[in-house]
Amino acid sequence: MSLLNTPFWEVFLASFDPAAWKSLVPAIWETLYMVGITCVITLVGGVILGLILTVTNTFGLLPIVWLNRSLSAVVNCLRSLPQMIMIILMIPVARMILGKAYGVNACIIALAASCIPMFARLVESSLLEIEKGKVDAAKAMGSSSFQIIFRIMIPETLPSLIRGFTVAIIAVISMTALAGNFGAGGIGDIAVRFGFQRFQHEVLFAAVYVLVALVQLVQFAGDAASKILLKKRHLI
Amino acid sequence: MNEYIRIEKLRKTFKTDRVCLEVLKGVDLKIEKGDVCGIIGFSGAGKSTLARCVNRLEEPDSGKVFIGDVDITSLAKRDLNIERRKIGMIFQTFNLFESMTVKRNIAYPLEIQGVAKARVKERVDGLLELVGIKEKGKAYPAQLSGGQKQRVGIARALANDPNVLLSDEATSALDPQTTLSVLELLKEINQKLGLTILLITHELEVIKYACKSMAILEDGVIAERGGVDEIFSNPNSAAGRIFLKVYQDMRRNPSYSGGEGI
Repeated sequence: MSLLNTPFWEVFLASFDPAAWKSLVPAIWETLYMVGITCVITLVGGVILGLILTVTNTFGLLPIVWLNRSLSAVVNCLRSLPQMIMIILMIPVARMILGKAYGVNACIIALAASCIPMFARLVESSLLEIEKGKVDAAKAMGSSSFQIIFRIMIPETLPSLIRGFTVAIIAVISMTALAGNFGAGGIGDIAVRFGFQRFQHEVLFAAVYVLVALVQLVQFAGDAASKILLKKRHLI
Repeated sequence: MNEYIRIEKLRKTFKTDRVCLEVLKGVDLKIEKGDVCGIIGFSGAGKSTLARCVNRLEEPDSGKVFIGDVDITSLAKRDLNIERRKIGMIFQTFNLFESMTVKRNIAYPLEIQGVAKARVKERVDGLLELVGIKEKGKAYPAQLSGGQKQRVGIARALANDPNVLLSDEATSALDPQTTLSVLELLKEINQKLGLTILLITHELEVIKYACKSMAILEDGVIAERGGVDEIFSNPNSAAGRIFLKVYQDMRRNPSYSGGEGI
């Protein structure tokens, strides 16, 4: 059913028809799998990279200027690549690691390479928000740098870190849909193959519903988690 | 003389890209055990920097700081962390950890050393009682008033049973009434626990009320040092005379300082 020869209203109704969802439902699971794995990798990688960027800067806990500058340069390089180019660039890398350049797992490499640097910058900006006085107080009590990072800096900035992670998850979702175009599978793949190449616009609509619902859900959960923490601490 | 804290020829310069700001230009100061020593100076005189050099939150460029027999300035990082546990510090902005309840804030300095839970609990309860906020243990810092926050700050600074308490403008963000009660608490702690207090302030009233001895820091050096009554009756330095004049003007005109004229 195409918008070219069918009224919008009929396509809209057809998008709720089980026929439109038949190929979409398995793709949803693929997407959730990709997003899930990538988010875990992004979370771990981004927090580690963001922490290193924060503590090694000139005014940080453990200033190591050369490390900070070189990591920062690498992050900037990775971030300057548009996601589509990153996906293409990672094709040989995926072939090297996994033996094949298509499929769900191959795409995760590209997603992580693009999302880790982005989330690392969000982590960095959250961690830099902490009042310097709190770190001073922790230092004055004889805390080690490790204790300051894990007992003070991360817990104190947790609501902001959660909001940053929410942004990152949503970026992962949108990039997953893009990766569908390059043989990753998932919702993006269905939307392109059916909705674009075969003019089955009802499937395209259905794919849009799923993506919108997914993003709304993530944003809602992230906001709620951050709000619960702030409420508990009586900061709002 | 039983000198406990000895600061010798302490120098500190802050360098930014273009300017060099020499804040401490060779500070010499001796403080007896059990003293409450007030350090007063104009904004930018280097008071806070001086206090922060004592526990090396700022690294001095040269000079020495001794507490007891320990040369703080030559300690390696690990030893410094152990020594810092014996130097409590309270701040103008309180710097409580907002992710923790009052109890956990006070327990933090003990927890990072791995003190047993039961002992931590006992100690925290005792400290809450000492600073007079027993009922606030389960509250979060954001729920407290300024005076209560500073009481938590004091309890936290005392958790390790320190020998020295550094007070960096601890009452400057508080109203006169609360200032008075916090100073009262500091005096009480000084008497009960016998710890030496270094009290940084820009208000002569605070010194008059709480300190046994005082020093005037002017332009990066100690301009005057002596007993509080001594300096109040006969200030020798220019800064001392200005502070005293403002202080006397305020007394004559209580509306200056918010009515109470503490």
